Amino acid sequence: MTGVDKRVSPWLSRRLFLGSTAALIVSGTGAVRALSIGGALPWAPGTATPPTVVRPGPWMFFTADEASAIEAAVDRLIPPDDRGPGGKDSGCAVFIDRQLAGPYGHSEGLYTRPPFMPGAATQGYQMPDTPAARYRAGLKALADYVKATFGGKPFQDLAPADQDKVLGGLESGSIELKDVKSAAFFTLLLQNTQEGYFADPIYGGNRDMAGWKLVGFPGARYDYRDWVEHHNEKYPLPPVSIMGRSDWTVGEH
Amino acid sequence: MARKLPPKDVVIIGLGWTGSILAYELAKAGLDVVALERGPWRDTATDFPPAYAQDELRYAVRLDLFLRPAQDTLTFRNNGSQTALPIRNFSGFLPGNGVGGAGVHWNGQTWRFLPTDFKLRSHLEERYGKGALPADMTIQDWPVSYDELEPYYDRFEKLCGTSGKAGNIRGAKQAGGNPFEGWRSSEYPTPPLKQGLGATLFAEAARKTGHTPFPQPASNLSEAYTNPLGVKLGQCTYCGFCERFGCGNYAKSSPQTCVLPALMRLSNFEARTESEATKINLDSTGKRATGVTYVDTSGGEWEQPANIVLLCAFSFFNVQLMLLSGIGKPYDPQTGQGVVGRNYAYQTTSGVSIILKDKILNPFIATGAHGMIIDDYNGDNFDHSGLGFVGGGYMGAGQTGGRPIQTRPVPKGTPKWGAQWKKATAETYQKAFSLSTHGSSYSYKDCYLDLDPTYKDRFGRPLMRMTFDFHDNELKMSAYLTERLAEIAKAMDPAEMTASPRKGPYNSTIYQTTHNTGGTVMGADPADSVLNRYCQSWDVHNVFVPGGASVFPQNHGYNPTDTVGALAYWTADAIKDRYLKNPGPLG
Amino acid sequence: MRRSLITAVFVCVLSASAAAQSNQSFDRIERGRYLAVLSDCAACHTAPGGKPFAGGLVLQTPFGNLISPNITPDRETGIGSWTDAEFVAALHDGRGHDGKRLYPAMPYPAYTKLSDDDVSAMRAYFKTVAPVSNKVVSNQLPFPLNIRLAMVFWNWLNFTPGRYEPNSGKSAEWNRGAYIVEGPGHCGACHTPKTILGGDNTATPLAGATLQGWFAPNITTDAHKGIGGWSQDDLVQYLKTGTNTWTLASGPMAEAVSHSTSHMSDGDVAAIATYLRDSGVGGSESRPTPVVASDPAMTAGAAIYKDNCSACHKDSGEGEVHLFPRLAGSALVQSDDPTTLARVVLHGTRAVSTARMPTAPAMPAFDWRLNDQQVGAVLTYIRNSWGNAASSVPAETIASQRISLARAP
Repeated sequence: MTGVDKRVSPWLSRRLFLGSTAALIVSGTGAVRALSIGGALPWAPGTATPPTVVRPGPWMFFTADEASAIEAAVDRLIPPDDRGPGGKDSGCAVFIDRQLAGPYGHSEGLYTRPPFMPGAATQGYQMPDTPAARYRAGLKALADYVKATFGGKPFQDLAPADQDKVLGGLESGSIELKDVKSAAFFTLLLQNTQEGYFADPIYGGNRDMAGWKLVGFPGARYDYRDWVEHHNEKYPLPPVSIMGRSDWTVGEH
Repeated sequence: MARKLPPKDVVIIGLGWTGSILAYELAKAGLDVVALERGPWRDTATDFPPAYAQDELRYAVRLDLFLRPAQDTLTFRNNGSQTALPIRNFSGFLPGNGVGGAGVHWNGQTWRFLPTDFKLRSHLEERYGKGALPADMTIQDWPVSYDELEPYYDRFEKLCGTSGKAGNIRGAKQAGGNPFEGWRSSEYPTPPLKQGLGATLFAEAARKTGHTPFPQPASNLSEAYTNPLGVKLGQCTYCGFCERFGCGNYAKSSPQTCVLPALMRLSNFEARTESEATKINLDSTGKRATGVTYVDTSGGEWEQPANIVLLCAFSFFNVQLMLLSGIGKPYDPQTGQGVVGRNYAYQTTSGVSIILKDKILNPFIATGAHGMIIDDYNGDNFDHSGLGFVGGGYMGAGQTGGRPIQTRPVPKGTPKWGAQWKKATAETYQKAFSLSTHGSSYSYKDCYLDLDPTYKDRFGRPLMRMTFDFHDNELKMSAYLTERLAEIAKAMDPAEMTASPRKGPYNSTIYQTTHNTGGTVMGADPADSVLNRYCQSWDVHNVFVPGGASVFPQNHGYNPTDTVGALAYWTADAIKDRYLKNPGPLG
Repeated sequence: MRRSLITAVFVCVLSASAAAQSNQSFDRIERGRYLAVLSDCAACHTAPGGKPFAGGLVLQTPFGNLISPNITPDRETGIGSWTDAEFVAALHDGRGHDGKRLYPAMPYPAYTKLSDDDVSAMRAYFKTVAPVSNKVVSNQLPFPLNIRLAMVFWNWLNFTPGRYEPNSGKSAEWNRGAYIVEGPGHCGACHTPKTILGGDNTATPLAGATLQGWFAPNITTDAHKGIGGWSQDDLVQYLKTGTNTWTLASGPMAEAVSHSTSHMSDGDVAAIATYLRDSGVGGSESRPTPVVASDPAMTAGAAIYKDNCSACHKDSGEGEVHLFPRLAGSALVQSDDPTTLARVVLHGTRAVSTARMPTAPAMPAFDWRLNDQQVGAVLTYIRNSWGNAASSVPAETIASQRISLARAP
């Protein structure tokens, strides 16, 4: 889930299934949610469930200290260079913040019933902790480790080379964090950072489509009929996001 | 206490490919039909319009269209000595949900099985001797032949408007098509898709190395098409958002684009969404079903009486409902007795990733069933003598998109992050391409489905438990196929190449396919099958499982949907032409 | 043909009186049934999911809401107590039971053209419809429109009673087509521009009109804005199946096709086509100068079109027959009034489903994705590309359409 509106409510609030004989099956005690649909394909005007646009603004999940550490980390995982901005300026931390504050952060829709037992690697993640809980614990343990190791400094104040050293230590597992599996936490952080760098900008990362421009991905396009047989030729149009591109604005060229 | 609804002629559990085909055929024949679908209604313009359908995070990573494990999942273990644990987040395979089912987010790869696949055990024993097969391999002949099924394959492909090039029309070989395929009564409904550079280079290399490449049969349509139901589909635009996505412009075949417009016009059909079947009810004799109990999203329980019950859910859940309803004898892996849950099989896939020199591949220009393929190493198309395995698969350049969260290759040895990673990612994206093999998965005594003893779903019902691992036969097969593919890849003169044959153990977290087969197998003998040759329960004659992949006795080296669709039509005809005239066992 | 009708309204007040029985031969009843299809009575008198002809549909009019009455033969709540003469008077004169005046949402200004014999056949049919008890309070108009006597004044201005007069200079087929278009088919109810009082502007018949947030297109022989470019077969296909090589019916016309024209006989559809292609009413044939491609709205519109529209309507604007309407050369796209275009881009629409063309593809809503200026720009682009020429569409037009759609989707 990605902060997408739950689809049932807008449908029920509209003139539901105009033109078909859809109806709620009604029980003795009140309306029941099963929808009976027949007679025609349902249709209600104005129906769409696009993702909610992430707006800049205060952090929704991270504390200020956590956010500073994450911004520093994502900028080492994806450093700025002459090919384009790094993780921080492209909004990866904002992306992770909004994801953790939303359904993803709370493991919504996943199977979260006990018992929780350790299993083989082939059996997948078996812990009760949600991504939000894992970040909270992981960042706390990381902060404690860095503070103890680097003379009281927080991660974000370390020199880039030291930051890289810490991140590398987490990745390899050579740095042990208290009560947190460092390598698993690193994997989660890297995965979410790269998601943010390459997901549609509507989710807060990939600002100005920097991730897409880096590799040459044209984004949320839907028609390449005119280019499928242009072998070995670069696709000519710039990337477009779900919320558009600058060329859509009248009078700004 | 379930409230009882007025009876219907037919109640269908699940409104995906098989459910919608059966609903149309039986409602058209005059029966009063209701379909229960546990997910929501879904339609092109409202649920995946080409304005936000192309959202990799939402659909491919967060899996917006799929079954939520909170609603239903299964437990998994590699073997009987392990404790099965729940799949808390689907990733290795992705069951569908909602109207259209997996037909919404499939790739469109539309393959027939080989004629010899349908008589697999007898064919292999005849050619290689009885001793050639491992003792615990439980493959068996299908109860239908290719010749019997051919008209139904044809019907399903015409429903879809499948794009491709025939290789064998009524025995006459056709240039440009698959020379190994079974005979076809007609050419594909629409011509092949256009190919990109990666597939074109693969095809050249395949020819150079003595193989016969052909375009992959695709239900992503090369041109607009009107199917026999009068429903019109559009032309594929190569947007590269097929698998895991709904198609926004009516170009990929699905229940939505092929069946529902005609089905929903029929006044004797009704769809009930957000309605999850919990049990098939039997009468006091246990030989006849009286209907289905289901639960709506408010927790209200309903009983829908019906004369015929059609189990059209995704394969695991067909097995689960049979077990929970007490239909058929559960399989016991210790004794090999019992049938429900037996012969679970999968698919054995592998890949060769390549980085080419100075090429612009535009990998994002793609469709789900794009690509050039060779079938030289599928089924028994090649001599297995001395190879130490049976089975095979197709292979080729079938890359389905270049969506960058999940498709971002880098050269070997590149760090996973940092400046070098960023540089390598930028420089490799346009030059990298993946080739793949799609191999068979034969059935074994110790690969099966049963009810989990510990974990329950939200209604307190036991989850399905999957016990599965790859066997040596499949791993050897994969190694052999991957070597052949690597030879062709080498002929493409890559800068770098990585061959990754399938290795055990089976890992439920790594996506391979959603071709989960078996568990309610069809067969000629009630001792080794749940269903007879008309996909009818041996035990409860008014329960049918019309062609879901759970009826496959084992899985072959092709994607299942064409066979699923063909069997749906085959069962529909059996019900209309035989069962309605004389309700009772058709075996 | 529309869920709610135009101008003002119709209401039969229901009370008891004796009804006469007449001879009811099957042929006559069947003819009456067919005339009820031609006249599309069910469109207004059958509510969605309701019993046939039992009324209850809300008809939105610019003057307020009316509820369509029950016209089943139920004596208490329907027209079971009406005399034959009262039935005839309702269709021919706009006067209901006990002489009460109907509001012209009931298209009696068109039905007055029906022959006496046809009205009598319809009467025979409606006597056989299953009676349904469904009490409808039709008149919910504000003062002074709720006073039926006001319709005397309206009728004096807008209503010319009288049967259809054949044109002896034209073929029988042409005359049949004219009869259906002007009489039972009441095409002008939507397609003829209205006066301020909601009467037909008789100077410009069938030249297109706006109602309920839709523009009912120009169906004169104007080659640019009307159906002058459509062949006989194009018209026949459209009326029979809801789609042809140019377009697909949606909105109110989808209902007209679904309930009425797709059920018409081949002969009657051909007659309508013959008449419309030779109706004698044409436009000015004037062609505006296209907006230049360098206009900022055109360049932005081109980018928006490529990224939002081309996956279905194609770069060439030709669309896909029976699936995605053709924009290049489309008269509707080049209409003076962009109401339908704005509506369809903002809220989407679903095309009609008919037995022969069941697909009913839908246009998605773009109101969440494109702002007013962007919708205006892309409409300006499609109205002025591929040889099209029409006025540009300002953002203000889209803004007001957005507001009215939010009120009544």
